[in-house]
Amino acid sequence: MSLHSAGWREVSRAAPVFAALGDETRLALVARLSSDGPLSITRLTAGSAVTRQAITKHLDVLATAGLVSDVRRGRERIWELELEQMEAARTYLEHVSKRWDEALDRLKQFVEE
Amino acid sequence: MKLHNSTDRIEKEIVLRAPRSRVWHALADAEQFGAWFGMKLEGAFAPGARAHGQIELPGHGNVTVEIAIERMDPETRMSYRWHPYAVESGVDYSSEPTTLVEFQLEEVAEGTRLTVVESGFDRIPAARRAEAFHMNDAGWAEQLQNIARYVAS
Repeated sequence: MSLHSAGWREVSRAAPVFAALGDETRLALVARLSSDGPLSITRLTAGSAVTRQAITKHLDVLATAGLVSDVRRGRERIWELELEQMEAARTYLEHVSKRWDEALDRLKQFVEE
Repeated sequence: MKLHNSTDRIEKEIVLRAPRSRVWHALADAEQFGAWFGMKLEGAFAPGARAHGQIELPGHGNVTVEIAIERMDPETRMSYRWHPYAVESGVDYSSEPTTLVEFQLEEVAEGTRLTVVESGFDRIPAARRAEAFHMNDAGWAEQLQNIARYVAS
């Protein structure tokens, strides 16, 4: 493995993520979404000293870095961690990958017999 | 394991101790393809043709898989599109994006090197991917039994 080239690319691509997390409010938002799951802007703002408008701005910064995403449900925007979606996508791919391994093993038997 | 962490494609490579023509027929002949893949196929493989396969998944009954052949270059490459993991009966997958499966054959000293690339997963709805994953926990046990039966026969 070439740590120098590939490793550096990984790190530099992650730079916007680190920048987005370099703020106390945004870090708190990520922690909250991580523990409580998808939440509406109303629930995210409740009990906070920060205004709804400011929270929305912070969420937009996180979304640009690919850390969170939102879906519209009725008149509300529901925010969730993008990482969970990434994780689901990766797990799915591992399953499809395993299925190909099995299929190719059967193909090997089929053509080599 | 690739470092770039792509969630869009799967790439496999295997060396088969068989001549290229033998491997090609196992891919290009719908009946032979079905035999090792584990499904009953109707229709012949040809560029632009659609073949329909029945996969028997105990607990889910027969599930229909549609294979839309795109390219067939004899003994070199073959590609098709399908709905990956379209294993829930009663769900119409036809309006959803497909993935592209590409087989590539290459002659090597030991026989034939076969490369398989399946791509386009990022366009598959996230909900569908999550659902397929849950379903397959049960499906895999059955699939393993199928393989055991095939090997024993």
